[in-house]
Amino acid sequence: MSKIIKELKVTAIENGTVIDHIPANVVFRVIRILGLENYGDMVLFATNLESKKYGKKGIIKVSNKYFKPDELNKIALVAPNATIIEIKNHQVSSKNDVMIGDEVIGIVKCFNPNCVTNFEQVDTRFAVVDKEDLKLKCHFCEKITRRNSMEFI
Amino acid sequence: MKNRSLVSISDFTKEEQMRVLEVAQEFEKNPVQNIMEGFVVASLFFEPSTRTRLSFESAANRLGGRVIGFSEAGSTSVKKGESLRDTILTIASYADLIVMRNPVEGSARFASEISNVPIINAGDGANQHPTQTLLDLYSIEKTQGTLDNLHVAFVGDLKYGRTVHSLVIALCNFNTTFHLVSPTELKLPSSVKMFIKEKNLEYHQYTNMEDILPVADVLYMTRIQRERFSDPLEYERIKNSYNLHNDMLQETKDNLKVMHPLPRVNEIDVNVDANPKAYYFEQALNGVFVRQALMATILGLR
Repeated sequence: MSKIIKELKVTAIENGTVIDHIPANVVFRVIRILGLENYGDMVLFATNLESKKYGKKGIIKVSNKYFKPDELNKIALVAPNATIIEIKNHQVSSKNDVMIGDEVIGIVKCFNPNCVTNFEQVDTRFAVVDKEDLKLKCHFCEKITRRNSMEFI
Repeated sequence: MKNRSLVSISDFTKEEQMRVLEVAQEFEKNPVQNIMEGFVVASLFFEPSTRTRLSFESAANRLGGRVIGFSEAGSTSVKKGESLRDTILTIASYADLIVMRNPVEGSARFASEISNVPIINAGDGANQHPTQTLLDLYSIEKTQGTLDNLHVAFVGDLKYGRTVHSLVIALCNFNTTFHLVSPTELKLPSSVKMFIKEKNLEYHQYTNMEDILPVADVLYMTRIQRERFSDPLEYERIKNSYNLHNDMLQETKDNLKVMHPLPRVNEIDVNVDANPKAYYFEQALNGVFVRQALMATILGLR
């Protein structure tokens, strides 16, 4: 019963992708990372919803869109526990977790103030050298940006 | 290696590095040749340098190439706010090869990705200085007869010294035993030590220089800068404990050579200069041959 009420908080979509279990405070950032600000079809989202597992959570529902794994993995840095649910004809057709890829491009700022990416118009680019502790090695200045000094663009 | 950029020493494999050193031997025997006639090298120095800039320019001139460029950004449109991107895109159409020093870290990698001519990194901030590494390898091989199985001691600022980082990484290909002498606050960073550990090589850390003098084949000295210390008193306390004097060389190996990327301040006393074990000025001369070899290889002339 409670499940039905929860679902009603954000209208179900007929076809498209549901991104669930997003930390409540990064919903807008996820929208930005996925480029949904300029998406032409319906996007539904909610935040600060009750979650048994995570306390508060956010959810985004994108009509008539299926993402490539690479696109979705970009959000793993901010929403590592996100669940990706693909909906076809109101039915769940697949359910997946996100994974941190080997490279992070254009999302994170290099923490080195003297890095060229902080002076020139160029996408930041990092190799993920440690997925567990999240250590990103800058392709340009070769310095390591760690989780606690990570800032998003 | 033709048309390749050199940004970090690890852009070239061990074999490619050895190839450059081999070609450098040829130029040491015969440094004046006209093989670069018709080629233009752009020498872009956004910050001051004596040895690196002049040895590059000398190297190109002795091979008959022409050099254009600047020795400080103040005389260029960078001062008007022109981006590095636009500067490089413009100059790439004027030259066959760009040599660049820039205080911004990562600027050389950035330049190499937008330029359609190769870039040689002549130092990008505290990041990389690969041509210094090549000339250091050349100097070690020339004086020791080999690069393999040597005891190399690094003394001074091992934390910020980019030449130390690149050379340590390069020497990891040669079964080196590392002796790392520095004040506690200027120890070799773990990101560099990682390379030593990956190859399971032996390394020892010291705070006292005397311990390593009898075992070293190469003594690689570096400058300790006052501004690296948060506590100025600490600098005053240690500044003289990493200085080399001539009498300290008495109990050292016969094959020992003292090297230094230069400039030195007082970490090597001038009374060492006359000692046959002092090698830093020859080391600087080797920079010309190595840079000749590098340019000739990248331009496809060797």
